Amino acid sequence: MRSLAFIAVFVTGALLLYGTRDFPAWGDPAAPAAQHVSPTYIEKSVEQTHVPNIVTAVLGDYRGYDTMFETVVIYCAGIVVIGALRNWRDEE
Amino acid sequence: MTGEQMSKAGTSGIIVEMAVRIATPFIQLFGMYVIAHGHYSPGGGFQGGVILGSAFILLGIAFNQEMALRYFSERVNSILGSSGALIYVGTAVVCALLGGLFLDYSALDRVLPLGPVEWRSMGIFVVELGVGLAVMSIMTSLFWDLGSGGDLEKGL
Repeated sequence: MRSLAFIAVFVTGALLLYGTRDFPAWGDPAAPAAQHVSPTYIEKSVEQTHVPNIVTAVLGDYRGYDTMFETVVIYCAGIVVIGALRNWRDEE
Repeated sequence: MTGEQMSKAGTSGIIVEMAVRIATPFIQLFGMYVIAHGHYSPGGGFQGGVILGSAFILLGIAFNQEMALRYFSERVNSILGSSGALIYVGTAVVCALLGGLFLDYSALDRVLPLGPVEWRSMGIFVVELGVGLAVMSIMTSLFWDLGSGGDLEKGL
């Protein structure tokens, strides 16, 4: 059983690493994301959101969905830990 | 007291306790600063929430769980965490109900006319506040439940 789990993890990891071969190089100016998305954020974010920190503008506004579900994921993780570990016996 | 006696009594000694007493308000102040200053410097809801949560974790480590729970009860913790997540989702829903898009903070201009662009900045702050509250209470409750095995009595 343990070796089966190891094989599953190994194959998944190998597939993920193989998938990164198609990614553009880190910081490549010809990468699709660097063609129009990054320049738009850098040029327009202060004008469009009045936030001097581009990271915050992207995190809270342009990528608001992502951050919202990050918060929901953290919240769900906390609820699950409370539900799994909390010992309610004494209070009954 | 020897180390064994201290761990029986549930205290870490007067030096650690006094240091924690002095440091806790400053840690909390710094956490709020990190949340509020996310617009101008590195920081934001996640980082500030973790710092705020670490203040309560420090109380739990230096004193004991009961002492920490006296300042931040489980009930308040749950309410704050849930309202943090609700603030974020609620802001998004209010934007949609006011006629904008979901999470389009410029629609909040119809509540209080500050200008659509300024509201996008304010909306980010409101949302970061919600993230901070949620992360703070989840961090704290993770530590409390993992550290005490779910009894919330002694802790580490």
